This record gives sequence, structure tokens and C-alpha cells, in this order.
Amino acid sequence: MDTTPVGGSALSDFVDNLKAAPRRLYSSAFRSGLPTTDRTRSTFVFGNVFLHLHSVRTHRWSLRWTTTFGLGIMSASAFVITLVTGVLLMFYYKPTPELAYQSIKDIHFVVPTGRLIRNIHRWAANVMVVAVILHMARAFYTSAYRRPREYNWLIGILLLVVTLGLSFTGYLLPWDQLAYWAITIGANIAQSPREVTDALGITTYFDPGGLQRLLLLGSDIVGPEALIRFYLLHVMILPLGLAALVAVHFWRIRKDGGMVRPADVDARLAQEPAPDTYPVFTEAPARTYQLAAIVRGKTEAVNRGPENTVPSMPHLFYAELGVLMLTLLVCVALSLVSDAPLKELANPNVPENPAKAPWYFLGLQEMVSFSAFMGGMGIPVIVLLGLALIPYLDRESDGTGEWFGGPGGWLLVRRSAFIGLAAPILIETFAIRFGWLREWFPHIPQLVVTAINPATVLTSIYAAYSIWCIRQHRSARAGALSLFTCFLGGFVVLTVIGTYFRGPNWAFYWSPADWPTH
Amino acid sequence: MTVTAKPARSRLDPEPLSRRDWLGLTSLWAMGAALLFGVVGMMRLPKAAVLSSPSKKFRVALPDTLAAGEAFVPPGRAVSVFKDDQGVHAISTICTHLGCVVKPGASGFECPCHGSRFALDGSVTRGPAPRPLPWLKVSVAGNVVTIDEGTAVTAGTKEV
Repeated sequence: MDTTPVGGSALSDFVDNLKAAPRRLYSSAFRSGLPTTDRTRSTFVFGNVFLHLHSVRTHRWSLRWTTTFGLGIMSASAFVITLVTGVLLMFYYKPTPELAYQSIKDIHFVVPTGRLIRNIHRWAANVMVVAVILHMARAFYTSAYRRPREYNWLIGILLLVVTLGLSFTGYLLPWDQLAYWAITIGANIAQSPREVTDALGITTYFDPGGLQRLLLLGSDIVGPEALIRFYLLHVMILPLGLAALVAVHFWRIRKDGGMVRPADVDARLAQEPAPDTYPVFTEAPARTYQLAAIVRGKTEAVNRGPENTVPSMPHLFYAELGVLMLTLLVCVALSLVSDAPLKELANPNVPENPAKAPWYFLGLQEMVSFSAFMGGMGIPVIVLLGLALIPYLDRESDGTGEWFGGPGGWLLVRRSAFIGLAAPILIETFAIRFGWLREWFPHIPQLVVTAINPATVLTSIYAAYSIWCIRQHRSARAGALSLFTCFLGGFVVLTVIGTYFRGPNWAFYWSPADWPTH
Repeated sequence: MTVTAKPARSRLDPEPLSRRDWLGLTSLWAMGAALLFGVVGMMRLPKAAVLSSPSKKFRVALPDTLAAGEAFVPPGRAVSVFKDDQGVHAISTICTHLGCVVKPGASGFECPCHGSRFALDGSVTRGPAPRPLPWLKVSVAGNVVTIDEGTAVTAGTKEV
């Protein structure tokens, strides 16, 4: 065995190692060095567990602003912002009915930067909902759900549901009047299958509604059990679920071949990027290779990046950072001009009048004001199932990757938007002016009202119109385009009516100025 | 009687299950079943066996000035108590639509959340409420009334 020589040489080795330690620490963490060549740009991506959700090279089409408008990254950025601000809020928030309201008040008025952080949390949640809905519309209108991206479309629908769930559970936590009554209404929507089981007289034996409400509230009243459950869902279960789903969602984008592209994308991107500004391909092949059965797609072209791609580092990552900064800017700017609401302390005996949910649920609230079960559960479930089925019913390939599938699609979308906006306006006008079945026939069975009410009539009109479109255009895509556009239109109209035109007792008012004073 | 020879196994046929594979598959399935059993057991946890809500039964003294047809709301309770010549009755003021507390008035009950209206006997006159407001069990001892919010009685039942 070697014995270490005593004295100078060991000590000087030690000192040398100590001097070299920072450099060695750096090179052990970042093994490949600066991303300056194609090779190091690649290792920069696949050597990093987080970045390697992206592919090493990105198609130039994906980087065009109009391909995605950055909406997916905006949703993810808003999620990260709510995550960070949410963790900060957890320093002070106490999830018990006695302390919750006081702790939110403390956060808002006493804690340093508390008000700003709470505002950012609330605005980022709003931005996230908007971005997720727009992102879904973008994916739909560019036919991004088509083969091979069907599965990712389903993950996206789950993400929409979890996003709305996060918003809803966060709404209860301040324990103010708004929160308390929104949760009362929400929990009773969960119980609304009783509307059907009661009418059939089978609630005693089969009561899914009661079970849902019991599991949500942990009790038969909205109390401490409900608050701790919503807190648990809001800070633990739903964020973990969302994070897992987001990871799958990102991963599948890469596995499904990146962003959706039109078939003639290379022709559209004919001109090569300027070589001095784009490090396109420093090690381009000098001859063609056939990669039969290994890579889907065309043969690599000589002296050009494969399939018109550029390195993800820096092009994609800098674009994503840009969207993150933009999202942060929007959230902070909104937080500086508009405070998150905090009403009076929850009072279980006097409902807020009108008791309004957050704006993105007001379309639902408008529908539950006709029938709790149909508006709150039946139609949302039908819509979600319809969305999930779209990629399996539309197996066409024309116009994939193009907005509205080309010029004919744009005309169809405009026509559908007109129907989608006009139908709910007409039906609402009728229902507000003349009432509905219950007012005309007070003893009508509840099942009839559940089956035939303004919300179900509207859904039927949309369904009939889209079936007509399928026959007219001989294309399932036409049906999907018209139905999706109609539902977006219906969502907008019902949300606007619920937000601006409903006052005390959910009566119609042209303006809040006309509300009776009390 | 002709005897047909058993056809030789093609090399494309699947291998018959070997004993070792059988043991392996059985233990995999047993593992799956055990985990499933555990998960089903865990899912029982969130459904409480005993609810933490306060008692549904309470006692309240009616004010002497209570006029016939006028609603008396015991403090902190979602109940309206009425007294007339035929006796006392109590109607729950929790809307059968989505659980808001309805407001008693001269002509009936109004829900602030989605505009349901109920007549004075609790029956639905308009709006989305699917069922009439339930009448609650009352027992009267002099001026003191005991009301059980957990037990509904047939509409029209009045206690003296």
C-alpha cells in the first residue's frame, strides 16, 4: 500500500484541489460546457431533467408567434406563479373557520407585501383560466387534437377540469360571504343528482348526490370539515395532480412530433433563416442518409437542419422565458390596479344577494338557475364527453395545422359563432320575458323541467345545428367546428348575462344601478 | 375409426405457460389484488362515520306578539315558525334548489340565489327549486316549541 508522503507535496495537492474545487463543481454540474455548437446545444437539453421534456431541435413553424400565441406556456407560467405565491400565502393562512378570515385580513392589511402577493395569486389564477381556455381553442381550431395527438387532447381536458377545480377550491378559503355561499351552492350542485333520484323516488336506496356532497364537505353542513377538505384539495391534491398531468402533457408534445404543422409547411417556410443570425446546423450532413423505419418523416436534406428545425437552445427556451416574463408582467400589473375581493365574514344565516361565483362559473350558475342537475352536472358532463370524443370522431386529415382548416372553415366558424351567440340570447330573452314551464304549469313534474329547460333546449339546438353541418359539408370536422364554436359562443353569452345582467334574487337587470336598494 | 395425428406445434404458436411463469404471474396478480384491496380500504377514510354538525333539534320560546301567518325565525336557525288557530308549524327555509337560505315574506318565501319562490305552505310557485320546502317536526309545550330540523313531516301537519 502506498503511503502518502509527509509534508509539502500532499499539502500543495490539497491546496491545488481546493483552488480547483469551484471549477470542478461547475463542470460536474454542467458537464457539456457552454451551448455554442449543435452538439453542446443538444446536451444542454437532454442532459437536464427538466429541459429534456423538450426535444433538442424545434421546428421553425412551432416558433412562429401565430402558431400557438404562446398560450400553453402562458398557462404553465401562470401555474408556476400561483404555485410560488400560494406557498408564500401558506406562511400565514390558517384553515379553520375562526381564523381563516382573520388570517386573510392579516395577509391583506398587515403582512409586508401580503396584499400584492395575494393579488398576484388571484390574478394569476384568472390568467391561467383564460389562457387554458384560449389554449384549448387554439388546439381545436388548428386541428391539433388529430392523430397522433388524441391522447394529449384528453390530458388537456383533464387539465382544464383540474384548473377549474383549483380555482373553485381556492374560492372557499377566505371564509367570507362570497366564499361561503359559493361553496354552499357548489356542494349542493354536487348533490343535485337527487333532483332526478327524488323525482324517481329512489333516493333512499341510491343516492350518489348525497354521497358526493358528503365526501366534499365531510359533514352535512359547510363548516370546519369542509374548509380543511377544500384546503387539502387546493394546496396538495389538485396541484400535485396538475403537475403530474402537465409533465405528461409536455412530454407527449415531444413524443407526438412537436407542434402540429400543415402538410406543406416546408414550402411555406421556403426561405432559409439568415445564417449569421440563426445557428441553424453547424454540423450539417454532407450527404443524404436513409433512416428507414427509425424516424418518421422525410430524408434529411444536405446542408440543412433536419426537417427545417433550429436548436431548442436558445430559440425555443428564450421564447418560453419571454412568455413567462410577459405573464408575470400582466399578473403584477393587474395586481397593482385591482385588489382581490374580501367581503364580510361568512354568515350561515344570510346569503349574499346576489351570491355570485367567480366569473368563469357564472355561465354554469346561469344554467343552474334553470335546473340544478342539468345545468350543474348534466350539461357540463355532456360537454366534456363531447370534447373528449372529438379526436375519435374526426379522423380526417385535411387542413391539419391550419387555422380553421383553411378558408372554408373560417366561413363555417363565423356562421357557427353567429348561431352560437344568437341562440342563447333569444332563449334567454324568451325565458326572462315569459318565464318557463314552472310558471305556466305550477304542478308540472320536476323531471319534465329537468329535461326541458332553457339550458337543455340550447344544447339541443347546438347539437342539431352541428349534425346539420355534418350532413351539409359531408365532414365530421365541420360538425366539430360548428359545435365547438357554438359552445364557446354559449359560454360567452351565459357568462356575460350572469356577470352583468343578474341582480338580487337572480332577477334580470340592465345595469347594477337598477338593483333595488336594501 | 381413423386416427388423426396431433398436428405438430408450429414455431409461431405461443409457448404453453411454464410452471415458473405461472408462479410469477400469480404473484403479480396477488400483488395487484393486495394493493387494490388496500386502496379500496383507504377510500373509506374520507367518509365520516359520525358527522361533526351540531344537533338538529332545538327548543325555542315563541314571542307572545306573533300574529297568525307571520313568520318567526329563531336566531341562528334556517327555520320559519308559524302559529295560528289550528296550531304551530315550522317550515325549513333552506332552498331545495342549491341550499341558500330563503327569506320569509307576506306572500311566501323568496330565494336570493336563483330566484325560486315558494308559497306560504312551502310549495314551489316559480324558479328552479325541484321540491317544496319541507315541514319540520314540532312538539309544543305551552309557549315553548321543540323543532327537529332532521325530521320532515307531511305538509299541513300542525301541532297544538
